[in-house]
Amino acid sequence: MANDKLIDLVNIRKAYNNNVVLDDLNLYIKRNEFLTLLGPSGCGKTTTLRIIGGFENPDSGSVIFEGNNITKLPPNERQLNTVFQKYALFTHMTIAENIAFGLKIKKKSKSYIQDKIKYALKLVNLDCYENRTVDSLSGGQQQRIAIARAIVNEPKVLLLDEPLGALDLKLRQDMQYELIRLKNELGITFIYVTHDQEEALTMSDTIVVMNQGYIQQIGTPEDIYNEPKNAFVADFIGESNIIPSTMVEDKVVNILGTKFPCVDTGFGKNQPVDVVIRPEDIELVRPEDGIIKGQVTSLIFKGVHYEMGVMANGHEWLVHSTTLSPVGNEVGLKVDPYNIQIMNKPASEDEEAVIVNE
Amino acid sequence: MNKKTFLSFPYLLWMVAFIVIPLFVIVYYGFTAMDGNFTIDNVKSILDPINLKSLWLSLELAFISTLICLILAYPLAMILKGMNMNNNSFIVLIFILPMWMNFLLRTLAWQTLLDRSGIINTALTALHLPTIDVINTPAAIVIGMVYNFLPFMVLPIYNVLIKIDNNTINAARDLGANNIQTFIKIIFPLSFPGVVSGITMVFVPAMTTFVISDLLGGSKILLIGNVIEQEFTVSNNWNVGSGLSLVLMIFILFSMALIAKYDKASEGTNLW
Amino acid sequence: MVKKISQRIYIFLLFLFLYAPILTLIVLSFNASKSRARWGGFTLEWYTELFNDEQIMTALTTTLIIAFLSALIATALGTFASIGINSMKRRWKSLFLNITNIPMLNADIVTGISLMLLFIGFRELFKIDFELGFTSVLISHITFNIPYVVLSVMPKLSQTDKSTYEAALDLGATPAFAFFKVILPDIFPGVITGFLLAFTMSLDDFVITHFTKGPGIDTLSTKIYTEVRKGIKPEMYALSTLLFVTVLVLLLIINSKSSKHQRA
Repeated sequence: MANDKLIDLVNIRKAYNNNVVLDDLNLYIKRNEFLTLLGPSGCGKTTTLRIIGGFENPDSGSVIFEGNNITKLPPNERQLNTVFQKYALFTHMTIAENIAFGLKIKKKSKSYIQDKIKYALKLVNLDCYENRTVDSLSGGQQQRIAIARAIVNEPKVLLLDEPLGALDLKLRQDMQYELIRLKNELGITFIYVTHDQEEALTMSDTIVVMNQGYIQQIGTPEDIYNEPKNAFVADFIGESNIIPSTMVEDKVVNILGTKFPCVDTGFGKNQPVDVVIRPEDIELVRPEDGIIKGQVTSLIFKGVHYEMGVMANGHEWLVHSTTLSPVGNEVGLKVDPYNIQIMNKPASEDEEAVIVNE
Repeated sequence: MNKKTFLSFPYLLWMVAFIVIPLFVIVYYGFTAMDGNFTIDNVKSILDPINLKSLWLSLELAFISTLICLILAYPLAMILKGMNMNNNSFIVLIFILPMWMNFLLRTLAWQTLLDRSGIINTALTALHLPTIDVINTPAAIVIGMVYNFLPFMVLPIYNVLIKIDNNTINAARDLGANNIQTFIKIIFPLSFPGVVSGITMVFVPAMTTFVISDLLGGSKILLIGNVIEQEFTVSNNWNVGSGLSLVLMIFILFSMALIAKYDKASEGTNLW
Repeated sequence: MVKKISQRIYIFLLFLFLYAPILTLIVLSFNASKSRARWGGFTLEWYTELFNDEQIMTALTTTLIIAFLSALIATALGTFASIGINSMKRRWKSLFLNITNIPMLNADIVTGISLMLLFIGFRELFKIDFELGFTSVLISHITFNIPYVVLSVMPKLSQTDKSTYEAALDLGATPAFAFFKVILPDIFPGVITGFLLAFTMSLDDFVITHFTKGPGIDTLSTKIYTEVRKGIKPEMYALSTLLFVTVLVLLLIINSKSSKHQRA
């Protein structure tokens, strides 16, 4: 297990002028995984990446890489490469010179460099772009060159700082598949920073959800989506109904005055909890078949489904359904027990503050 | 034609009248004799050994001053960039502020500082150090040039440096370049347009000045600027003066071409 | 740490170099001895004498009027010119910008001579009564000031969103109204910078004034130049010190106000 840890961040703390960005962060990254740091801006995800890359020094704590402490090592001596947010290509060089930069520093032979440039350009689907200038490339192409420039150095880890942020939607989706393909072909570790939950869910093996300098949850995309640990994660990943409720006893939860069967146990009796129900997990049925009754208050067609607001027990429920029910209609709402996610009320003030902010 | 373009017409007229035509007037005077006939003697007078000597000395001193300015200014611009001042105009102000003390007086003050029994030598004597004897020598002129034109080297370089994205520098470090390699391969080439602006902004006035040499060179050292000035104010020979000015303009045109070549992208906005 | 200290020392030394002559002049303005080389004790005599010296006062007035008028006219011409040039096609734009930069890149001596020859040539050609003097100096100052205005306004213009002007028109504003209410506020900091730069450059100019002024008129610069040989009147140091300190105080006030403003 210990051997599996490629990078280990231990008790990392970082503050800028009394503003704590990372507070006692602990995180390890396994060999060959695609790990995503996900969170809103200012959550510390980019700082974490920059500490791994060596562009920031933590105030305390250490960065362990393959068992060696590299906390104080300058970026040029680290065996990892970065793809920067706005690509940071060298505008005074051609594409080939950009890609060759790292290899020339390492004094590789001319023929080796030539081969590598060809290989890298092929890998990012930009064959024959060697002699183009940076300015003549589109954003998406510049992004690919930035990736090519990093991977020719055969890093053990590729750090990507919101690399798709500046691209338009269609290109972003294409690049997501491209990145997954690249990672599989190269067989190296990717650490990816983004605020886009869809990107994170699509590409990652592991997602680290961060907020206000703290890790909120670490898990697979499925874990994070289906079993969010707290209201912040639930709210940040996808849309959801987050409702303060009471756990009556094991497997029974009282939501807004109505008892719902659920599958969770061990919360004690009559304990206040938060309940998360994904809008697509709520079934629209005839009023008499539902667990609770409500009235449709809004209706928007979203293509794949209708997005509806249903007022029931004094709460407006968000429902995604493929069947249409006009505004004003009486409907019944039904939720399968395993689709009700029970969460403890937030313990720390930080988490509380988050919910208020969101 | 865009309607807004008309707004520039008053200025365009002004430009033709007071920038373009005057240059042609110099050309006219430069290529005519007193009687109005065409001649190239005025321009050829640069080959007069005295004038040639002045031209050569001007080039020499301007070259030395420009080099010193560059060596002093580049590290300063780097340090200022590193200080990450969010108040950009403040830095410009520090360099503009001395201009509120008259140019001639500022330069004259160097007489007081550099004089044999001046402030610097008094201080050196007090410290038991050897005194310097530079007043009325080319060295004093160089000091005056560096002093007056240093801001014109610092500001363009600083303005280019602060525009370099920190991540571009980080990227070079990330790809394995150490500090020196990053400077040689990334920072310096990217700042080159600013360096070119700075060089021409210092070289041209240094090469053509007549005031600094007048005040600090003790009126014995004649630069090409002094020669031209005297043609106009002492000998009243405007034709020869214009002819010599045309020779100067060759150097100026060359430097403007240099700026245009390296400053395409920013369209001359590098200066401030 | 060592790096930081050596950086600070470097900056300190360079600023000492830049400001040493200014300190010297300030000290000289309090020097009882008329010689620049000797300290004859502290006096405020030159400051009181200054206001009785008619020649200096006339030169000061001329200098300030020319600086103000030339900066004002250059700012107006330059601002409109920038807007016009900015809306031109790329090729024309760079042609006009290059011509605009000529007075700035050209040697002052050449600019001065060329303008002098123009004024005199104009007089000879049209046989009109036009002597070198206030007008010729003013025109020359406007000419070399415009590039500084264009250079300050241009970057602000290219930052300005074109659609805001169009939005104003769309909402029913006349082009003139849209200019004063939408474009001008956006580029105003650049216009102010341009004006101040132009004012400063005009104030500090000697060479171009020297060639275009004619015999009847003097600015502070040309006055000082004629005094160099016979000895500078110490009142000049006093006047320069007053000017410098006034500007310094003004800048400090503006700076502290704007930084407070930023914080709030």
